[in-house]
Amino acid sequence: MFRIDFNKLRFLVCDDNPHMRRILRTLLHSFGAREVYESEDGATALEMYSHYVPDIVITDWSMPIFDGLELAQMIRQPESKGNPFAPIIMLTGHSEKRRVTVARDAGVTEFLAKPISAKGLYQRILNVVANPRPFIRTKTYFGPDRRRNTGNTYSGPERRVGGEVEILQQPSLLDKARTPV
Amino acid sequence: MAKDKPGPIQIESFADHHVITQPNPLRKVLRRVDQKDIDDPVARAEKALAGLSGEFKSWMTIEAGRLSAAHAAILKQGFTRLACEELFRAAHDIKGDAATFGFPSAGAAAESLCRIIEHAPNLGEVPSDLIAHHINAIQAIVRERTKPDTISMAHELSRQLRGVADEYLMLANRDRPEHLEAILAPSIAPGE
Repeated sequence: MFRIDFNKLRFLVCDDNPHMRRILRTLLHSFGAREVYESEDGATALEMYSHYVPDIVITDWSMPIFDGLELAQMIRQPESKGNPFAPIIMLTGHSEKRRVTVARDAGVTEFLAKPISAKGLYQRILNVVANPRPFIRTKTYFGPDRRRNTGNTYSGPERRVGGEVEILQQPSLLDKARTPV
Repeated sequence: MAKDKPGPIQIESFADHHVITQPNPLRKVLRRVDQKDIDDPVARAEKALAGLSGEFKSWMTIEAGRLSAAHAAILKQGFTRLACEELFRAAHDIKGDAATFGFPSAGAAAESLCRIIEHAPNLGEVPSDLIAHHINAIQAIVRERTKPDTISMAHELSRQLRGVADEYLMLANRDRPEHLEAILAPSIAPGE
């Protein structure tokens, strides 16, 4: 059994709602985290991301001006001077399947639908710490490998070519988002 | 913080993509513990969250007030882009937070309102009562939460609102299959 030394992790939390930031701060501190930086919008979060170099980003989706999806896209710039590989956990009230797909395609590592629970958040953090996925770079995508299915029969237009398929034995982001925790 | 020194990155190139692998920079924060280890960070966090619960009612009152203010702005200014965005964000925050704060029925009513804002072809053509009833219901659920026997009434109220809203949305989107599909798709949100 593994535990995380949260006191060695640095978090960046981005949510425009002060109550949700308070909840997240309380949960992370209770897990043992000491360094939790907070931002109420995506633009400030991006500045803080460059300045504090967090290990894990937890962001809301819906925020004014510069939302969590755009934040993820800005972090996942392969040519940027900052770290484009940091795990991003999208914590959002959006609870539709298509949103999970959009978040995944923006380079989000884990998706957690609100209402938040201590167990759900802990499991997402444990997963990004213990089971990082390789990154994939294509003409249109840079981010964690989006393949989590065990089947290798997909032959659609987005099929990658030029190599053996590596199968990652993990539940899909959608299945994980559905898990009642 | 956990990354003392980033490991070497390996890049495998294929015809139309690259696979980039780096040694796990966070592996140092993982610690193997005995099965008998009694430390339970999740239980600790749940206890801390319970400690905050005394503030939840006042937080919900603030959130419901913000929703009403956004609605009042629409009644005054009309369905401007900014006013609609604020109404959506206020409802969306309640949808996400209310169950955590102990008001799941307010969250359900807020979700129904979010669906109206997101999927109505033209918000200006939505019956004004439909929006107003959602706002009033959320206010009432938050206000009356401490009274006995209101939980089942709140649940029924939000269920009926959702039924009326869905009926409207399905009719209004009968020629917009992509919206119909989204309206009929099940939620992925964890259950109560």
